[in-house]
Amino acid sequence: MYELLYDIFGSEIIAMIIAACMPLFLFILPFALIAVLLERKVSAHMQDRLGPMRVGYHGILQTIADILKLIQKEDIVADTTDKKLFNMAPVLVFAGSYAVFAAIPFSGAFIGSAADVGIFFIIAVSSIVVAGILMAGWASNNKYSLLGAMRSAAQIISYEIPTALVVLSIVMLTGTLSLNTMSIQQTAYFWNWNLFGGAADGFVQLLLLPFTVVAFVIFYISSLAEVNRTPFDIPEAESELVAGYHTEYSGMKFAMFFLAEYANMFAVSAIAVAIFLGGYQSPLGYLGNTIGVEWLIPYEQLFWFTVKGVGLVLVQIWLRWTLPRLRVDQLMTVCWKYLIPYAFVNLIIIGLISLI
Amino acid sequence: MKQYLKNSFDGIWTILVGMKVTFKHLFKPAVTIQYPDVKLPMADRVRNRLYVNMDDCIGCDQCARACPVNCITIDTVKSLPTEDLGKTSNGKKKVLWVTKFDIDIAKCCYCQLCVFPCPTECIYMTDVYEFSEFEREDLNYKFATLTESEIVEKNANFEKMQAEKEAKKAAAAKAKAEELAKKKAEEEAKAKEEPKTDNADNKEQPDKE
Ligand code: SF4
Ligand code: SF4
Repeated sequence: MYELLYDIFGSEIIAMIIAACMPLFLFILPFALIAVLLERKVSAHMQDRLGPMRVGYHGILQTIADILKLIQKEDIVADTTDKKLFNMAPVLVFAGSYAVFAAIPFSGAFIGSAADVGIFFIIAVSSIVVAGILMAGWASNNKYSLLGAMRSAAQIISYEIPTALVVLSIVMLTGTLSLNTMSIQQTAYFWNWNLFGGAADGFVQLLLLPFTVVAFVIFYISSLAEVNRTPFDIPEAESELVAGYHTEYSGMKFAMFFLAEYANMFAVSAIAVAIFLGGYQSPLGYLGNTIGVEWLIPYEQLFWFTVKGVGLVLVQIWLRWTLPRLRVDQLMTVCWKYLIPYAFVNLIIIGLISLI
Repeated sequence: MKQYLKNSFDGIWTILVGMKVTFKHLFKPAVTIQYPDVKLPMADRVRNRLYVNMDDCIGCDQCARACPVNCITIDTVKSLPTEDLGKTSNGKKKVLWVTKFDIDIAKCCYCQLCVFPCPTECIYMTDVYEFSEFEREDLNYKFATLTESEIVEKNANFEKMQAEKEAKKAAAAKAKAEELAKKKAEEEAKAKEEPKTDNADNKEQPDKE
């Protein structure tokens, strides 16, 4: 992508800036627009309601109306807040979740950075979000915000361990840290996905199958916790903490937190897709190959990546409107007593099998 | 260890059960009613906004007296005997002009106590329940059908009639008094002819009006 833009504009800086903005305008903003509406509609129908119905046909323009409202809102900064940190926190949170998109392979031809340490970079950089959330909670000078921020920090840091362990086991299996290489390895049909044991030979794949499925489940659960979604939404538990760390935020700063949350949702789904669900590879072969149109393939890949990612986001939404929130002790029990031991055993077994 | 595995299994299993339930509900028709467009049918005896059918009101003030919060104000003025106000639908003759019939619906507690005493059943509850206003004064509903000038006219008519009546009454009283005085004078005159005329002077002129 970058090379193409470099050819067009002939300037490194412009090409770089445009390449950096692409995921934002191509993915995150439209995705946030759609996902917010989707979430409201899906939740409404799960509760036998209708959801927004007024703006546009069945409320499809509701999010746009909401954004217009948010833009008009006064930006309130309370007197006793720590102004510097308070203003910095939303930017940091958003930057943290946005940086993740740099290493996500959207399609064979559209990767922010095909770094060889892609997944490592993602795990490292997404920790910035914790700092942003802690800053927001501390700077708000509000006990609910601080409580929410502390819970969030404890939660995200705890759940990074099972995530990392699971990712490690897949890295052992595939022998690469690059998400792009991982995607390429899971090529052709869906039984080559890492979820179903990867692209190994028949017997080894069967042996691996149960463990990779377990790995996927663990990864999905802990990634849910990392983006503060229900049932792990205790940092912003609206029924006990008002809104957690973004209680004091209003207007565009609140919108930034909101955007970051949805960007995060898509980011973890995208990572899950890239690691387990074949990345941008089509599960059924490419139309471009069949009819012999080469340039169609990257677009098809983009399409499949989006479909898989949005599918996982839908499951997140589905889970959110199914499960009640966990208590803090339950949250820690799930992580330390269940997910981490399972992930660890899984890691060892997958390691042993991949020796074969 | 057994318990541990069972817990993990239960955790996953119950989540799947829950997800099945929510998935089923996803395709159930919604129970939402799109309120301003679609409305729930109201019960037969709902008590909402009051309405007065002024054609039937005889201005008897019974409803105003029944109201526990005094939110009905009625002013009436008698009609001239020559005027025909018509009859109510159940055959009562109307004799009063209702110059003011205000219901302050902001005060009303919807107890319906004003409805029962009405002899002509012209005040009743409707099923209109959307009547919010920006000003509280706008909730003071005026039902009187007479225009401003008509009210003035009716009042003037009544006063004129009253004055005429007074005048007549006064005239009648005067006539009566004169007659009395005449009678007395005659009697006195008779008495004068008789020998006893001692204190007649004091009684010569009785109550002059
Ligand atoms: S409903 Fe009750 S409160 Fe309202 S006007 Fe009639 S008597 Fe008064
Ligand atoms: S009780 Fe009926 S007839 Fe009498 S004043 Fe009230 S509304 Fe009119």
